[in-house]
Amino acid sequence: MKVKKLRGVHTPHHKSTAGMAAETMPIPAEVRIPMAMSIGAPATPIVSVGDEVKVGQLIAEPSGFVSVPIHSSVSGTVKSINDVDEITGQGAVSITITADGEQSISEDLAPPEVSDLQSFLDAVRNSGVVGLGGAGFPTAVKLTLNEQAKLEYILINGAECEPYITSDTRTMIDDADLMLDGILLLKRFFGVKIIIGVENNNPEAIKSMQQLAAGEDGVEVNILPALYPQGGEKVLIFNITGRIVPEGGLPIDVGCVVLNCTTVAAMARYFNTGMPLVSKCITVDGSAVGNPKNLIVPVGTYVREILEYCGTSEDTVKKVLLGGPMMGQSIPSTDMPILKATNAVLAFNEKDAQTPVPSACIRCGRCVSHCPLQLTTLEIERAFELNKPELLEHYKVNLCMECGCCAFNCPSRRPLIQSIKMAKIMLRDYQTAQRLEAERKAAKEAEKNE
Amino acid sequence: MSNLSVSISPHIRNKTTTKSIMFDVVIALIPAYAASILVFGARAALITTVCMVSCVLWEFIYQKAMKMTVTINDGSALITGIILAFNLPVGIEIWQAVFGSMVAIILVKQLFGGLGKNFANPAVTARIVMFLAFSVSMTTWKPVDSITGATPLALMASGDVYELPSYIKMFLGLHGGSLGETSALALMIGGLYLIIKKVISWHTPVVFIATVFAFSAVLGQNPLYHILSGGLFLGAIFMATDYVTTPQTDAGRVVFGVGAGLLTVIFRVYGSYPEGVSFAILLMNILTPYINRATQKKPLGGIKA
Repeated sequence: MKVKKLRGVHTPHHKSTAGMAAETMPIPAEVRIPMAMSIGAPATPIVSVGDEVKVGQLIAEPSGFVSVPIHSSVSGTVKSINDVDEITGQGAVSITITADGEQSISEDLAPPEVSDLQSFLDAVRNSGVVGLGGAGFPTAVKLTLNEQAKLEYILINGAECEPYITSDTRTMIDDADLMLDGILLLKRFFGVKIIIGVENNNPEAIKSMQQLAAGEDGVEVNILPALYPQGGEKVLIFNITGRIVPEGGLPIDVGCVVLNCTTVAAMARYFNTGMPLVSKCITVDGSAVGNPKNLIVPVGTYVREILEYCGTSEDTVKKVLLGGPMMGQSIPSTDMPILKATNAVLAFNEKDAQTPVPSACIRCGRCVSHCPLQLTTLEIERAFELNKPELLEHYKVNLCMECGCCAFNCPSRRPLIQSIKMAKIMLRDYQTAQRLEAERKAAKEAEKNE
Repeated sequence: MSNLSVSISPHIRNKTTTKSIMFDVVIALIPAYAASILVFGARAALITTVCMVSCVLWEFIYQKAMKMTVTINDGSALITGIILAFNLPVGIEIWQAVFGSMVAIILVKQLFGGLGKNFANPAVTARIVMFLAFSVSMTTWKPVDSITGATPLALMASGDVYELPSYIKMFLGLHGGSLGETSALALMIGGLYLIIKKVISWHTPVVFIATVFAFSAVLGQNPLYHILSGGLFLGAIFMATDYVTTPQTDAGRVVFGVGAGLLTVIFRVYGSYPEGVSFAILLMNILTPYINRATQKKPLGGIKA
């Protein structure tokens, strides 16, 4: 399938860790596992303070359909269950566990028995797997299709387009067997074509994926240009299938489901061994990190310990990101745990931590010409500054996926993503007000008619 | 580790800044500056300096007086000064050049909100104001290289076609005209530099010049003389590509180029002045918001509201 590729930006790659196989970090003395690690309702703890827990043991149950179970990532004792501000900003509950260092595995773990689609979906749900590309959407929810949905492609996202991050690359190289197991499961229960998308600057991963696909019918590898944001869901779908996800729609509306490659591997691990998602391979890199590497850590490990383990001295660190430099979140303190969907911890020195000073927009149009979704960003910013939500509606601010290509290229260093995030809130409030107004009018009308 | 710097993504930025763009434009103007000194002598350098200094000073004075942040180091006033100077004849009075700089910076740019907010190109508008206000000194051309000082356009308009300089002299800039507009070669070198450095897109200049060529040929004029004379190269490369006052999309830039080209030829052939580039650019500046709206890209996946 040949389709015209979307626009994007050539970011620096900094993929120096691509050649480093993941190393396992020594078990930390303590982990803190937040209940709100992914999109959806926070999980409900089922353990109490003082309980002994083992690796893989269920410690929190999902509290709704769009919610995932959480399992202990270490063996040890539950130290506390408390409210703390997490980086999600929701102030959700988290469970702190003191590790005993034994890492004894829960006896309850066993590979799930699957016979039909429903039992497969139940198993995916029990695995606690969420989208590991960064967004953290519950995988079981994504795979639960309604009756009208017509699935044609499952796209495996190996386009790791963020600079620095190589954890997906390592999955494709080191865990190709697991990925194959996962792909076979998907083939068995969905029976649709499976396409793995990999960027062309990643020859080792391409080779590994081509070997994987070689013996399998209906599995192919699509080599994509190394252009950010290649791994963005809408971008990947367009660049592989030529289909456009409509405004407010989901990939399934155009017959696609996109799964990150590490998600597929994590799912397969559960089906093979019964071990749910409790640890994560993350890339630790950035100018303040002494020994950049790929590191396997238990979910809930503190960022501080990870950075210390990788030879980062406290004095040089001025900025820490969870995720990549294009879309990652900067965190105020390293006393935060890594989550299921965290794929990188990047630490930067003073020079790279500078927030640029914005100057006047010169209307050069670079934000417009580099937007993958062809949004007129400079007009969105102006509409926001002029407090004109109806214009925001016209310029389709809600389509924006906040990939940051516009701000990356802005010569005036304008905080475009910040404006867009706030513009979305402005538009939402406006639309709510309009809806309420319409309802009020309708009610009045009805009253009159009575 | 706490007290970390927190900011919204993206956390890395491209190297290009407003300053680096302005610096590239200044570099691109150097060949034409050199040509102006070669063709018109040292006074060309004097006029250019006067315009540069006074444009920057006017901006400084205005921003100080209005208690605004002084932004003269972004380089935009400097460029306005250079381009304005390139639009003036070598014999212009110094005070007139200073007045023109005031029109460009204060009336056209700052009163509309400063950099990025003005709808008309400051240098173009200042040239037009000066052209109408100081008609005599703005159209008195110093003789160059023993040939008549009259501009090729004026010669064409008066029918003195035998006096016209050769194509090669036209291309090199050895003929009458404003300071920086005569040498198509020097301007092209600057334009190529800007296109290679991705500061401007090729659309506006190429379409603008091609339209003038085609439309003047249709009207039975000599198309080569039309594109090589007057301020066309200067206008098409440096003034019709001003970010603030021209369209943001490539499609819009093509529309702008076609429109400016057609208007230039109409003004030159049917107008009462021999030159029409600056009038054409100013009119297209006014149309720019509408061109932008008409050529707005369709958001991918957008549903018509």
